Amino acid sequence: MTASKALHLKTYFMIAVMVVAGPLGNVLLAKGMKHSGDLAIWPPLALFHTALNVFALGSIWLGVASLITFFVAYMLVLSWADYSFVQPASSLAYGVVALLGYLMLGEQVSPLRWAGIAVICIGVFVVGRTDPRTTRHETAGQEAAEQA
Amino acid sequence: MRDVILFSLIVAAGTGGELCVSRAMKVVGEAKSFRPAEVVKLILRALRVPWMWLGVGMMAVAFFALLGALSFYNVSFVVPVTALSYVAGAFGGVAFLREHVSPRRWLGVLLVAVGVTLVFLGQS
Repeated sequence: MTASKALHLKTYFMIAVMVVAGPLGNVLLAKGMKHSGDLAIWPPLALFHTALNVFALGSIWLGVASLITFFVAYMLVLSWADYSFVQPASSLAYGVVALLGYLMLGEQVSPLRWAGIAVICIGVFVVGRTDPRTTRHETAGQEAAEQA
Repeated sequence: MRDVILFSLIVAAGTGGELCVSRAMKVVGEAKSFRPAEVVKLILRALRVPWMWLGVGMMAVAFFALLGALSFYNVSFVVPVTALSYVAGAFGGVAFLREHVSPRRWLGVLLVAVGVTLVFLGQS
């Protein structure tokens, strides 16, 4: 029982890291891109200049670091927990990103948009709580034998 | 048109990338400890799985599309719209993988679609 408790604890901890680091990364990227100026992608030289401008911004790099933190937590949690378990739990991220956008960037979030985000969170949660396998699988024994 | 391309790339490449990474991590196996040396070893092991490279490549495409979208729109608009990946995933599963999507999952997908519509309508 203690082993399963520890498993739950580290799963929830990793999901908490994901739910904070992912939205924080997106908001930092948004902060950077708001100062990036004109985004020319053609001719290739203009794309090069755009890339230089974008990657000269500190908040882009902080955002990338935050998204890497998210990605590592995500990889770690997926190595032991099911995608269908992690997915509904991470639905909270949609709310967190709007909250951080409002707090850190002063974005105006209309009541209708808040309502939409809440409905998305509920929807993602409902999707994730469904049976992860929807195709009929008659060769479960065979698969286990193959893995052995 | 620009917006359709950007959001399609974020949704399709992002979801495809996640699925590839998820598949790769099942091959790699469980992370036993969080000591930095162990985590680095796990990442190196993951990099030997081709699915990981495919997944990371797709996620990189999604990342640059996201940067593009963020330069035009607020983050509190862009990120909720990317939830359309759940809608795309359900239809893709039915069309390409012949999955039987349960009524409950359709309900969740419908809720996500309604939520994204509200986010669009609430764009002030």
